[in-house]
Formats: sequence, C-alpha cells, structure tokens
Amino acid sequence: MLPAEKIFEDKIAREVRIEPKDWMPEDYRKLLIRQMSQHAHSEIVGMLPEGNWITRAPSLRRKATLIAKVQDEAGHGLYLYSATETLGITREETIDQLHSGKAKYSSIFNYPTLTWADIGAIGWLVDGAAIMNQVPLCRASFGPYARAMVRICKEESFHQRQGFEILLTLSRGSEAQKHMCQDAINRWWWPSVMMFGPPDDASPNNQKSMQWKIKRFSNDELRQKFIDVCADQVRVLDMKLPDDKMKWNEETQHYEFGEINWTEFWSVVNGNGPCNKERLDARKKAHADGTWVREAAAAYADKKNHSSHIQ
Amino acid sequence: MEKNTPSENWPLWEVFIRTRQGLDHKHAGSLHAADAQMAMENARDVYTRRNEGISIWVVESIHIHASAPDEAGSFFDPANDKVYRYPTFYNLPDELKNI
Ligand SMILES: [Fe+2]
Ligand SMILES: [Fe+2]
Repeated sequence: MLPAEKIFEDKIAREVRIEPKDWMPEDYRKLLIRQMSQHAHSEIVGMLPEGNWITRAPSLRRKATLIAKVQDEAGHGLYLYSATETLGITREETIDQLHSGKAKYSSIFNYPTLTWADIGAIGWLVDGAAIMNQVPLCRASFGPYARAMVRICKEESFHQRQGFEILLTLSRGSEAQKHMCQDAINRWWWPSVMMFGPPDDASPNNQKSMQWKIKRFSNDELRQKFIDVCADQVRVLDMKLPDDKMKWNEETQHYEFGEINWTEFWSVVNGNGPCNKERLDARKKAHADGTWVREAAAAYADKKNHSSHIQ
Repeated sequence: MEKNTPSENWPLWEVFIRTRQGLDHKHAGSLHAADAQMAMENARDVYTRRNEGISIWVVESIHIHASAPDEAGSFFDPANDKVYRYPTFYNLPDELKNI
C-alpha cells in the first residue's frame, strides 16, 4: 500500500472526513462522482413531476407550498452539483452526462403525476424515502457531500410533512377524495420501495460504498426501515399500503413485505418507464432554451470587465 | 470580444454567510455566476431561503489560495512544540485567585 493510501484508509477508519484536495483512490473519486451527480440529477429532474401541478394546486396555500418545495429541490441540486465539482469534474460534464443518458437519476421520477393526490404521495413517500437515505449520508466520509446533505436534510422535513398533510386532508374528504388518496398511494408505494436500489446481493457498489463509509446502511436495511415507518403512518390516513403480504413479525420486530418487482425496476432504469423520454426531453429543452440567457449574462459580464479595465 | 462558450464564461464563486449580527462570515458553499451581482443574488436565493443570513460575501474561487493538505504536517509544525502558549503550562499555587 502506498503511504498516501495508508493515510487515506487511516482517516476513513478514524472517521476523519476526506476533503477535495486530499489524496484519494481513483475508485473512491469515481464512486463519489457517480453517486453525487446521480443524486444532483435526481433533485433537478425531481422538480418536473411536481412542477406539473403548480398551476393547478387547489388553493393559494398549497400553491405557495409547492413552489417553495420545488425551489428547495433546485437548491438541493445546486448544493450537490457544487459538491461534485470539488472532485474535479466540471458542471458541464455532469450535465452532459445526464443529457446523453450516461448518468442516471432516481427512477421514481419516471412515473407520472396523474392527480393532485400524487403531490401528497410524493411528499410523504418519495421525500420520505429520500430522507431515510439522506440522513445517514450527513456522515458520509467525503466532507463536501456530508455538508451538502446536512443542509438538504434540514430542508427536507417540511417536504414530507406538507405531503402527508395533503393526503390527510383528502383522506378526511369526500368519497371521491378518499379514493383519489388511496389510488395515489397504490401507484407510488412500490416505486418508492424501489428507491433504495437493488437488493444488497445484486448491488456491487453497495459494499464498496459502505467500506469507504460513504453509505452507512445497506439498501435493504434502509428499505426495511422505511417500510416499518410507513406501515405505521398509513394508519393515520386510514388507508392501506398495496401489499397483501405485509404483516408484523413479532420475532424480527419488523414488517414482512411482498415480492418487489425488480423486472419493472430495471426496465425503468434502462429507459422504459412511463416518462423517461418526457423527463429527459424536458431537461434538454430547458437547457437549450436557456442558452441565450447564459450567453447574454456572460457577454454583459465581459463588457463590464472591459470597461472597468479601460477606466 | 472573443467568443467563449457559456460554460467558460461563468466562473465559480465561493459564498460566505454571516448568520447573525456579531458572528463571522462562514463558508456556505459555491455556485456559478456571470458576475458578482448575479453571484450575490443567486447566493441569496440558494443559501438564505430561510433567513440563514444577514450578510453575504462572494468571492471568485480562483482568488482563494489554500494550504496544501499533504504539506500540512510541516506547514503547521511550528505550533507543535510550544506548550508555553497555553495557560495551563504555568504552575501557580492554588491559593492564587482570580488569575
Ligand atoms: Fe431534495
Ligand atoms: Fe424534497
């Protein structure tokens, strides 16, 4: 082992954060770039399904909330893109990788938001799963990632609460509203459960990531935690999670749950979900449409620089 | 004026925020912006959406010079053997008060 590698491993063992200019193994850098940029892309693409309902939110209160939430997600994307850049990849490269399909984002955002209740289900389940994932990442071994996550986690809890409140309101409403609430839960439940990624034995990066203390819990551990929490919370809504096999296991002190459809998961990851094309097209269009703004701002800054030099 | 691609034109800025009167500005993160004013406005929108700040500094990242981590040992070495810089280094009798 090289002396630098020894120092690195020693820092990991002693829970000392790794900072951008510290020596790190190439694989550590690569794994982080992959995970962090994917995370950033998810925040950004994640604005699209919710943005779909901003103009049709049922009240001014809901609308203001939804705008604030979506704006937070843009901020989360930015914190993470900035943190990723400290690893030596430019913003443009990361964004190009998203647009070319080389980099992935969370599959959950390839599902459509069909009714207002979906906004509630996303807040409760999708943000809920994200929080479950993100809280342990506040202790990730890479400093800029951990610091970005601390900031993000502070902001996330309102996202989940506003979502639950939407569902709670619907669950106490008319028959049609109750039905809408249950329908949204039915459609978002399994994709949310899949957000934790493939099972541990099918996830090669999982182990590396845990060994380097980027992740602190495995996919399956986090998934189980999420299911346990939601199985209790859904009772407050007087709704059901769409899983006949779900039941409390006294021995393990966990909920048992039914088979996850991994074929669907991989099919969506590989581009065949209901909205993959729409989401990516929307991202690319927004980027292309913004070109003149970026150019104009750059030209203006350039001009100001020139004139200040002449004076 | 030479034509740059937009990516080259928007430099990276480091953002420092004073959270309350009386405290230091502290590094909050970074962002890309065409100029200082845009950096300032973006920093406000990104880092102070919940009243996290009352004052912002932005500085282009290229202007920051950092000490090298692999030279940290020798660079900070001068402070290592100077225990006499701490109050506990001095042996004084217990009956001496208010010192
Ligand atoms: Fe987020
Ligand atoms: Fe969120």
